[in-house]
Amino acid sequence: MAFLGIGVLSWITFLPIIGMVLILLIPKEKLDAMKWTAAAATFFQLVLAVMIYFNFNKGFTGINSVDGMQLVEKMSWIDIRGVPWFGRISIEYFVGVDGLSVPMVILTALISFIAVFASWNIPKALKGYMAMLLLLDTGMMGVFVSLDFFLFYVFWEVMLLPMYFLIGIWGGPRREYAAIKFFLYTLLGSVLMLLAMIALYFSVTIADPATGERIYTFNMLAMMDAANFQPGSLLAGTGTYWRHLAYIALFIGFAIKVPIFPFHTWLPDAHVEAPTAISVILAGVLLKMGTYGLLRISYPMFPELANYYAWALALVALINIIYGALCAMAQQDFKKLIAYSSISHMGIVLLGMAALNTQGMMGAVFQMFNHGTITAMLFLIVGVIYDRAHTRDLDAFGGLAITMPKYTGIMTVAFFAALGLPGLSGFISEAFSFLGAFQTFRTMTIIATLGIVLTAAYMLWTLQRVFLGQPNEKWASMPDINGREMFTLVPLAVVVLVLGIYPSLLLDLMTSSLNHLVEVVKLGGAAATSMH
Amino acid sequence: MVEQVLQSLAKFLPETTLAATICVAILAGIIVRSRPRLPLLIAFLGVGLSMVFSVQEMGTSQSLFSGMLAVDPFAIFFKIIVGACALIIILFSLYSAEVRIAISRMTEYSSLLVAMTLGMYLMAGATNLLMIVLSIELTGLSSYVLAGYTKEAPDSSEAALKYIIYGALSTGLMLYGISILFGLTGGATDLYSINRALSSTAVNPIALLVATLLIIAGLGYKISAVPFHFWTPDVYEGAPVTITAFLSVASKAAGFAILIRFFKVSFIDANAMGLPAGFWAIVQGFEWNKIIAILSVLTMTLGNLVAVWQNNMKRLLAYSSIAHAGYMLMGVVVLSDKGLAAVMVYFVVYLLMNLGAFYVVMLVANKTGSEDIDSYRGLGYRTPLVSVAMVVFLISLAGIPPTAGFIGKLFLFASLLDAQWIWLAIVGAINSVISLYYYVRIVRNMFLRDPEGDASPIQFSVPQVAILLLLAIPTLVFGLYYSPIVELANASVMMFGVR
Repeated sequence: MAFLGIGVLSWITFLPIIGMVLILLIPKEKLDAMKWTAAAATFFQLVLAVMIYFNFNKGFTGINSVDGMQLVEKMSWIDIRGVPWFGRISIEYFVGVDGLSVPMVILTALISFIAVFASWNIPKALKGYMAMLLLLDTGMMGVFVSLDFFLFYVFWEVMLLPMYFLIGIWGGPRREYAAIKFFLYTLLGSVLMLLAMIALYFSVTIADPATGERIYTFNMLAMMDAANFQPGSLLAGTGTYWRHLAYIALFIGFAIKVPIFPFHTWLPDAHVEAPTAISVILAGVLLKMGTYGLLRISYPMFPELANYYAWALALVALINIIYGALCAMAQQDFKKLIAYSSISHMGIVLLGMAALNTQGMMGAVFQMFNHGTITAMLFLIVGVIYDRAHTRDLDAFGGLAITMPKYTGIMTVAFFAALGLPGLSGFISEAFSFLGAFQTFRTMTIIATLGIVLTAAYMLWTLQRVFLGQPNEKWASMPDINGREMFTLVPLAVVVLVLGIYPSLLLDLMTSSLNHLVEVVKLGGAAATSMH
Repeated sequence: MVEQVLQSLAKFLPETTLAATICVAILAGIIVRSRPRLPLLIAFLGVGLSMVFSVQEMGTSQSLFSGMLAVDPFAIFFKIIVGACALIIILFSLYSAEVRIAISRMTEYSSLLVAMTLGMYLMAGATNLLMIVLSIELTGLSSYVLAGYTKEAPDSSEAALKYIIYGALSTGLMLYGISILFGLTGGATDLYSINRALSSTAVNPIALLVATLLIIAGLGYKISAVPFHFWTPDVYEGAPVTITAFLSVASKAAGFAILIRFFKVSFIDANAMGLPAGFWAIVQGFEWNKIIAILSVLTMTLGNLVAVWQNNMKRLLAYSSIAHAGYMLMGVVVLSDKGLAAVMVYFVVYLLMNLGAFYVVMLVANKTGSEDIDSYRGLGYRTPLVSVAMVVFLISLAGIPPTAGFIGKLFLFASLLDAQWIWLAIVGAINSVISLYYYVRIVRNMFLRDPEGDASPIQFSVPQVAILLLLAIPTLVFGLYYSPIVELANASVMMFGVR
């Protein structure tokens, strides 16, 4: 698929940038024009995502196989022939999708589109806001389609500055603190990732198709093949000291993004202070980058260590699930509650991944998608009452079901999806994750399922405090949810319902790729064990 | 003999041009009193011409004046950096309110600027200890005067005095070190003879260490490496912004040129076997690169940590430039051509981003009269374009893609990991996280805070904005397409008389 000679993945990645440039050219007073430009850019992005969905070949594997990648675009970006002692520097613009990235691409397009509408009433500097939002969108999309590590890293970092501004300028009272905390935390993670990336670069060579000369490469697929590691290079071999170090550096980089306990402390601050739409993006897409990175980079490039550290990952997953749920239960602030519930739910993703079997892996990736849609709904729901009441104190409300029946209806879908009610998408992915994990880590999984009980407890308790009981006089005249807010919530609710009833719509997309990923990791692990 | 001098003179054209420019600028200042900016224009043309001559010499590699100077790709690279920096500084000077106060002294300003440039050109090519000292002194003496150029401002005079005292002390130390080295190597002054002497006969290691430490003290002062940096914040704060910017880039570049050439020519074993291509071997087991490693860690860590507490923009950028010297020293530690190329890439990038940041400081000080970080509050809403450009420069200084600063860091870290200096790479990486904090403080004031008091929009003239874009656009473009810089650096690591 290509338009005007440019591949569809380039379009879907750079459409927001085009929108951003247009918005910067619009005169300051024309607020509506800016909003609609942003809406149009993200709408077309969503249309492309839907087209990718329908054109996606479900039989292709991807992961480490070039032929298994779809919609591939590959061209030379930096090519420095240089002098003998420097070697040749060759960096490619290399994008493509497989069953692991396609769900994320669709999720990003969907959430970005909704985020634009959730930002409709931004009170100040709309131009800058929309420009930053779209730049962020490009960064996110780029991360999910990149197959060149250097490109991946650039997109990964491109997101930092827009996010800093979006939280720092348009956020709540403690926005400055939250914004810089987010920025510093993430940068710490990314410099460690940078070092691991360079170490990988100097270890992996591929043959130049034209001349046959061995050249260093940032090609991720090449980094997944043990045969490409130069003997004697830093990361050659299996289970060496340096490989452990690189794996841990990458892990910290991704763990900060997920966030994995104890690197999670930036998240509640960022979520509470960020404007609604940014919380939606943060929880909906940004957190997924951490787990995506682990699956795309850490697992296939360091298979023996993915096996070696699986129990440790399961352990932090367990901590995330239980700790996140307990913290959520203790919150007075509605948004903080959702933020901690995110930590808990991302724990389920990690647990599924740690299982290293197909069920667990499917559950994990599906949970990434579902958590994206469900948490986005929850944050939008908080945004609705915050816009009206200007408070998020859970005890300040009560009986909202009477004054806002439509709102309560849609809220119920989100709450029950979050606590994993069968028939809604969250149930399927949680069940798969636990099913997979149970085969590998029996005791830990049993303890982890306690998290479901805790989730049900805080979700239902919140529902009771806010929506049931005696109506608070103060909010008696609060208007029910309006058309625009409905427009942001309904598509997500539909996705949650449909995937709850017929999950194969999405699961089929990822089966081949995730099967293959599990095989790659298992084989890599087995090869390492047989050598010792 | 005469023939050799004549031959050398032909290759000495860039320096001769600068010397002539100094004379013409002085004469023009005396004769044409009605046009005070004429000397500045002459300086611009002269430096530009000298750069053209330098570029023409690209590819040559020979020794001039019986081993005093070398014209080689390495020297030409640093001449281009220094020359480009001088040209940009002259453009800044045209719009600097500080310099305008003393417009009657423009002749001195212009000719001293060119003299300083000449000194740095000589530093870039010096291959003899005498020449090294002379060129450092020529640069130093001109810059002492320029630091105190706006003598109406009290801290400017203070800056000049501090600068000269520290300068005299460190030159003294360096000369002492040189004299020890002179004795150790049996009376050698040119770097090649020192190398030959060290390669053939064993010398007292303690004496060699002392001599090296003393010489490092002199060079460390020039590049403001910790613990020889004490002059930097005061001089940077007191001197006019244009001179501060010049010192922070050109002076540092020339200092690095000497430092690298001194070590690479004298203390490298040219006959070592069995090393991978592009790696250097040390002589007599004297691991001077470990001294540089310690210096590098101290320099970047202290520079970054102290910068966090600064409220004056010039002081903040002074400490930031100290930190950047620390990053660049990492490239010297690895003992490889890759590291050297990384330092060179970093200098191109640093030229753009650091001059850009100082230029914004100058523009803002022109309008608000303040260099305090608090005067940047709400600047993003008063002058959006300049503030966005400042964000680009600061993000680049912090080393975040897609800016050129990231490319600089990338190549430095790459050379470190390639030579397995992993702990140093980790220290450097953590340092760049610390540095983000203070760079973002400025961004925060510009965009996250509302203006205090005067909130009226600030306008800048078209040429002023053009100069800004001249620096900001390459900072972004080189972040995404950096082949030209890397190719230039690759082609410039070659030094005369070294394998």
